[in-house]
Amino acid sequence: MSTIERQTPPTAAVQTPRARRRAAPPAGLVVASGALLLFATALVAPGLLATHDPYALNLADALHAPSPEYWFGTDEAGRDLYSRVVYGTRESLVIGLGATAVSLTLALVLGALAALGGRFVAGTVNRVIEVLLAFPTLLFALLLVAITGPSALSQVFAVGVGSAPGYARIIRGQILSAKNSGYVEAAVALGHSDGRILRQHIVPNAVRPLVAIIALSVGQSIVWASSLSFLGLGVAPPSPEWGALLDAGRVYITQAWWLTVIPGLVIVALALAATTLGKHIQNTLEKGEK
Amino acid sequence: MTSTIDSVHAPAARTPTPRADTPAPKRGRLSVANLSVAFRRNGILHQVVHDVSFCLEPGQCVAIVGESGSGKSVTARSIVGLTGKNSVVDAQSILLDGDDLRAATKRQWRRIRGRRIGFILQDALVSLDPLRPVGKEIAEALALHHWGNRRQRAAKVIDLLRAVGVPAPENRARQRPDELSGGLRQRALIASALALDPEIIIADEPTTALDVTVQAQVLALLAETKERGVSVILISHDLSVVAHLADHILVMKGGRVVESGSADQVLNDPRHEYTRSLINAVPSELTRGKRLGAAPSDTATTPAADAVAVSIAPRPTDHDCSGPVLQAVDLVKRFTTPDGTVTTAVDHVSFALERGTTLGIVGESGSGKSTTARLALALSSLDSGTVTLLGQDWSSLSEPRRRALRREIAVVYQDPLSSFDPRWNAERILLDSLTDAAGLSTAAKKARVVELARQVGLPQEILQRFPLNLSGGQRQRIAIARALAPNPSVIVLDEAVSALDVSIQAQILDLLVDLQRQRGLSYLFISHDLGVINHLSDQVLVMKDGVVVERGTPDDIFNRPAHPYTRELISSLPDHPRRNP
Amino acid sequence: MTRTSSNSPPRPAPGTRPVVPTLRRSPTLTWPRLRRIVEKIGGAVVVLFGAATAAFAAQAALPGDRATVILNIRAGQAIERTPAELAQINEQYGLQNPLVVQYLDYIGGLLVGDLGTSYQQFKPVSEVILQQIGPTVALTLTAVALSWLIMIAWVTLTAGRTGRLAGAGAVVDTTAAGLPHYWLGIILLLVFSLGLGWFPVISGPSAIGIVLPALTLAIPLAGFMGQATRTEFERSLEQPFVISARMRGMGDTGVRLRHVLRHSVLPAITLSGWALGATISGAVVVETVFSRPGIGKVLVGAVNSQDLPVVTGIVILIAALYVVANLLVDLAYTLVDPRLKSA
Repeated sequence: MSTIERQTPPTAAVQTPRARRRAAPPAGLVVASGALLLFATALVAPGLLATHDPYALNLADALHAPSPEYWFGTDEAGRDLYSRVVYGTRESLVIGLGATAVSLTLALVLGALAALGGRFVAGTVNRVIEVLLAFPTLLFALLLVAITGPSALSQVFAVGVGSAPGYARIIRGQILSAKNSGYVEAAVALGHSDGRILRQHIVPNAVRPLVAIIALSVGQSIVWASSLSFLGLGVAPPSPEWGALLDAGRVYITQAWWLTVIPGLVIVALALAATTLGKHIQNTLEKGEK
Repeated sequence: MTSTIDSVHAPAARTPTPRADTPAPKRGRLSVANLSVAFRRNGILHQVVHDVSFCLEPGQCVAIVGESGSGKSVTARSIVGLTGKNSVVDAQSILLDGDDLRAATKRQWRRIRGRRIGFILQDALVSLDPLRPVGKEIAEALALHHWGNRRQRAAKVIDLLRAVGVPAPENRARQRPDELSGGLRQRALIASALALDPEIIIADEPTTALDVTVQAQVLALLAETKERGVSVILISHDLSVVAHLADHILVMKGGRVVESGSADQVLNDPRHEYTRSLINAVPSELTRGKRLGAAPSDTATTPAADAVAVSIAPRPTDHDCSGPVLQAVDLVKRFTTPDGTVTTAVDHVSFALERGTTLGIVGESGSGKSTTARLALALSSLDSGTVTLLGQDWSSLSEPRRRALRREIAVVYQDPLSSFDPRWNAERILLDSLTDAAGLSTAAKKARVVELARQVGLPQEILQRFPLNLSGGQRQRIAIARALAPNPSVIVLDEAVSALDVSIQAQILDLLVDLQRQRGLSYLFISHDLGVINHLSDQVLVMKDGVVVERGTPDDIFNRPAHPYTRELISSLPDHPRRNP
Repeated sequence: MTRTSSNSPPRPAPGTRPVVPTLRRSPTLTWPRLRRIVEKIGGAVVVLFGAATAAFAAQAALPGDRATVILNIRAGQAIERTPAELAQINEQYGLQNPLVVQYLDYIGGLLVGDLGTSYQQFKPVSEVILQQIGPTVALTLTAVALSWLIMIAWVTLTAGRTGRLAGAGAVVDTTAAGLPHYWLGIILLLVFSLGLGWFPVISGPSAIGIVLPALTLAIPLAGFMGQATRTEFERSLEQPFVISARMRGMGDTGVRLRHVLRHSVLPAITLSGWALGATISGAVVVETVFSRPGIGKVLVGAVNSQDLPVVTGIVILIAALYVVANLLVDLAYTLVDPRLKSA
């Protein structure tokens, strides 16, 4: 032991990271996790949270402002907005998650080909990604909706494909940085085979940050999808899907602000919660690597 | 103010020119009493400097020497009030020519910095704004203190650059740091610190990132500045850098001054154990064949000696061949830069590494030494030439066919951290490197990993840690263990000890020597550090601009250099402090 | 402590040339720089060509017999068509030709600025776009300029501070970046037009009408760029050259404005080509919220009625803008950061 240098640099340097690790998680993360838990409940068992029948018409109470009886107010047909938001969670989240699944699957395939393919394949795929990146996400999605016609399914597909090129580029970068890393070179120097290096180093190191990307992407997908609905190009209004709620409420903006503000707030809350979680995961991963 | 600077116009400052006719002005006296600095993190105070006191007389040089984490830089920064947020500075007094700096307000500090105390950081490439021409940076120092008008400042910048020995200063002033050579930009940085003719210059590791030849020039410039009567505080990890400039030396360790005395006394008659070990740890010609670290105590036997009993015997000579283990003939490697020009990084380099010996390759940055290492490892493709490993063809094989032979040659890099997969702990890293142990059970492999760790002097507990949580020395030991794991014949060490503190460097060098003796290893040792090369090598190659300019035994190279470049290199070496038994 | 950058030259990364002092380069338009510009333009042309191909593919991908579809779109109802009707449409749109010929016609048309003919409005697409593009361009440029102003002021004020201000800075960035345009637009509309009555509810072509839509686009963009700028700003504040400047006697504000700001906007500049694209697509939503004229409204209408030539025409135009903007960004980048970036 005595021949080993001091294992710890003196004073400050060691204690700090340890102290930080023990510190309570940031308040933002706690709030975000709580919000996500609520959304998950609304997804699985909306009946637990809802206070009214989301489809029950009650014209007597139409356009009722938020009150103890109607937490989020009522719409033009007297339906309870809070319950509609709760019941709309499932459709909104399914569209968001579906779009994320579509976009990340596509992005993984494109990104992997662009990073690991042979000279020709990688070059071509890279060009394709570059071309697709020239179409901003929402416009790309609109183009796809124009071909397929508006529907929930085309929303999933359009948002998924529309946001794929951006993620493809991120994934490509991650694979490339793993591929060009010192530890891969060290493995080459040890005489490990390409397959082993891919399996042991490149794939795990490139896939790990995906967790963060998934969280970020779910939030973004829901925002894009609701934008389509808002433009009247997604799920149609009688549905309690959040974007559709917005679209329906837009007509009454001068009389009933809550019909647009509250569903929008819910979307923002979900997107922010997902982003916060994603960023937190990303930071934790980065800290672990540096 | 102008007049003092005009008198500075020394011609190019290669050598200090003593001038008796300019009497040293009696200013630039600094005394620091009981300085303590702490940083507040997460509400807890961490003391990093404890009760440091010293006195700087006008026109003298005080050097603060210590390894990383010794608190030397924080000490220097507290003198200009820039220890940063969250710091708590406490001192009995910090007196600059009678003014107590502890009481200085923000505004007063700004008038002191630059005007009364100039500060030089290491590596001008990042210490000067990389997006601005160096002339603007120097002019900024003048403008901040309302010196002259725009035109006067422009003229003054040229004067200053000329005074620090920058040729064609009119053109250089318009270039950015990345467009200048290392020596010129360091001079420009010094010029910006000298701009307002401060009483005191604080130089924090001013030569650390520089090549030896440039280091010599910068030290000469600092010596000349001191000659002019400017007081100098020199911060360095390197006693030999400090040796010919300092009048007084403080040795710091763990935030405390462990020894303080005249330069002569500290260098030649060190009182403190730590100072002695620092001096002894510096590798050089005199240390050849000797251990650099302290003699191992009896409680823990040398890891290497211990290992002999248990371990793997020296390699069976299954590739018995009388020739060199690694031979390179006429290696050529060219690179195409992004702007389309072709540079030859390695130009007809040949060498032969004999079994059980060390071949040192020494050169400055851009000499092609690291590229040569990569070629020897067959990690880069050759443009022409051949590499032979253990008498077998090596460079011309395809990678899959090369793999079987890969376990005969291993590598240790300067920065081991990036060569470890961050997801793996030390044990996993070493398990992965047992490429010749395919048939063994997991338990047997783990036992071998523990054995390897022991051979490089690491206790078993370390194996569960992740590289990120290991110290620099421990990481380098893991890297060496990984290199040893497949039981190779040759290890390529590319600047393997360059990033380490001198005492840890000494331990690693000792370890390398032990391992070589014990296992008959051959080393291809790449370094910019002449002392390390001299200490370790049996044969030396001197490289410059991709070409081998000289080769021979260390004795030949260091005592009878034939090539002018080698001579320049050797003469740039700072005087070495004497070794103390 | 100061030895972090190690006392030896770093090992060159695999594939790069070892570091050599570069004294010989002159900052003027040299051959390598020219070559880089030519390469960039070449790349842009390839991307545009790809985008045009994608646009053609989108039109060809419309399910069903295209002539029938076009007639249905015109009539707004799906009925059986006589061969004579179909033949006329096929003739007009060149649909009787093989796909390759249609493709070449389309690309050829694009080269002379012919974006095709609207299925619904019987007008050339270029005419439809030209009539409406003015307000959108004005809105987009105002928004981008506004976002830069907001972002720089906010970051310079809050980045690298201690305590509450720093925390608030980053949280505001993240929140702003996550705000959907439609929602922010509605909130601004409710508060400033309906509530306070400062701005018109329906934003016409007047100068004052552009404020709220532009803000709606600018705030999320400022948040997004702010995140990148803040990271770089805080990184730059720790750099040795900043410490050097402070050692020269420069104050905190001086360091922020003179040294750090320039470094910190570099990532945001590289983002601004992308930002322009994002802002134009945001404009589609914002024009709907504020009932503003512009190609956004045209686009939404065209998507609804599946008038693909109009949709692809607009999309191609925006893709071209994006590509050109990125080219300009590259050039602007070399102005702010004259160091020749390798690769």
